[in-house]
Amino acid sequence: MPAPFPPADTAALLAQARAVAATVSDPEIPVLSIDDLGVLRSLKISEDGALEIVITPTYSGCPAMNMIALELELALEKAGFDRVKVTTVLSPAWTTDWMTEDGKRKLKEYGIAPPSEKRAGRGALFGADEVECPRCGSVRTARLAEFGSTSCKALWQCQDCREPFDYFKCH
Amino acid sequence: MAKTIRVNETPLVLYTLRRADDALILGHRLSEWCGHAPMMEEDMALANMALDLIGQARSLYTYAGEAEGEGRTEDDFAYWRDDRGYRNALLVEQQNGDFARTIMRQFLYASFADLYWRAMMKSKDETLAAVAAKSEKEMAYHVRHTAEWVIRLGDGTTESHARIAAALDELWAYTGELFEMDASEKGLVDAGIAVDLASLRDQWRANVKAVLEEATLTTPEDGWMQKGGRTGIHSEHLGHLLSDLQHVQHTIPGAVW
Repeated sequence: MPAPFPPADTAALLAQARAVAATVSDPEIPVLSIDDLGVLRSLKISEDGALEIVITPTYSGCPAMNMIALELELALEKAGFDRVKVTTVLSPAWTTDWMTEDGKRKLKEYGIAPPSEKRAGRGALFGADEVECPRCGSVRTARLAEFGSTSCKALWQCQDCREPFDYFKCH
Repeated sequence: MAKTIRVNETPLVLYTLRRADDALILGHRLSEWCGHAPMMEEDMALANMALDLIGQARSLYTYAGEAEGEGRTEDDFAYWRDDRGYRNALLVEQQNGDFARTIMRQFLYASFADLYWRAMMKSKDETLAAVAAKSEKEMAYHVRHTAEWVIRLGDGTTESHARIAAALDELWAYTGELFEMDASEKGLVDAGIAVDLASLRDQWRANVKAVLEEATLTTPEDGWMQKGGRTGIHSEHLGHLLSDLQHVQHTIPGAVW
């Protein structure tokens, strides 16, 4: 059943919409929701009564963004929101600092090393990274390739258990 | 068949298109390596960097369309201008050549773009400042990656040293144009929208020189510099590139995936 417009209780409606939106996952890293990633920025009811969802790309050319926008529309329509508008904003620029602790834990369990604890920034980029192997926990790891299977990841290898693994780059 | 568009180039539109065209053309050049790079990791890296640049171009074209106010989309700018309508610097349209040449071209550009976008984060134009904040993070990775390759090739074998040295020698004359500004651009600098490119040149040279020295390469003197790209006078390479880039749209105008 479509949600009533104009909404009787905007706050409750937005909370409901946000809960639905937060179930949408990153198609490239399905264990992470767009909420875990910090890609889901805000929701509001626009003047014409449509539900507006603001998302931000992790990288300029992130091919997952179109998919995420589509899945958001589908999920919300299914939940009864019949007019949904997804807007992409660049500012403020997304940073790995927005990833939730829960998100980092899920990432590690999935086998991807989360961005290291240090605050993301140029220091982290050019300093000596310390990346923990998500499999055995060793910090004796080495970067094999700066650019991995997706823009947000680099390819690393553990010197102890010898497993190659993806590292979610600080950004 | 749709006709070649003539853009109403107000200073802001022109400025935005110059940046967008640099990113699109260089992104396209890098994408030509897809499936041809010397190793799998590098194939991924070049494609990743191409994706960053094309993503930056998309944001900038969309903004150019808004600033022009004629309802043009990113696709209109990419597919319906001829070479004379393109405003990219000549450096980015130069052919890939061997791997050393591609890496040197990317290193010289990324070293510029990294400084440029970082400075542009302070632009009074909110959209350009937002694109800058996104792009500078990406370009920092491009600088690090290509600098590592420049060092590895320069301080490598006799063959790799000779090739990267030749690439530097060939491409250096295209670097002056990156810092070129005309009257319309100077007006935007005064308005706090654009960055004074001349102010970036010393830092760029110092950053580039430090890497070249580590690579046992000699930084060339700034001699006579090529220019023309910013006003639409291009090398023959751009026409060939565009015929490839625009082929599908010109065959089936309006085609979408």
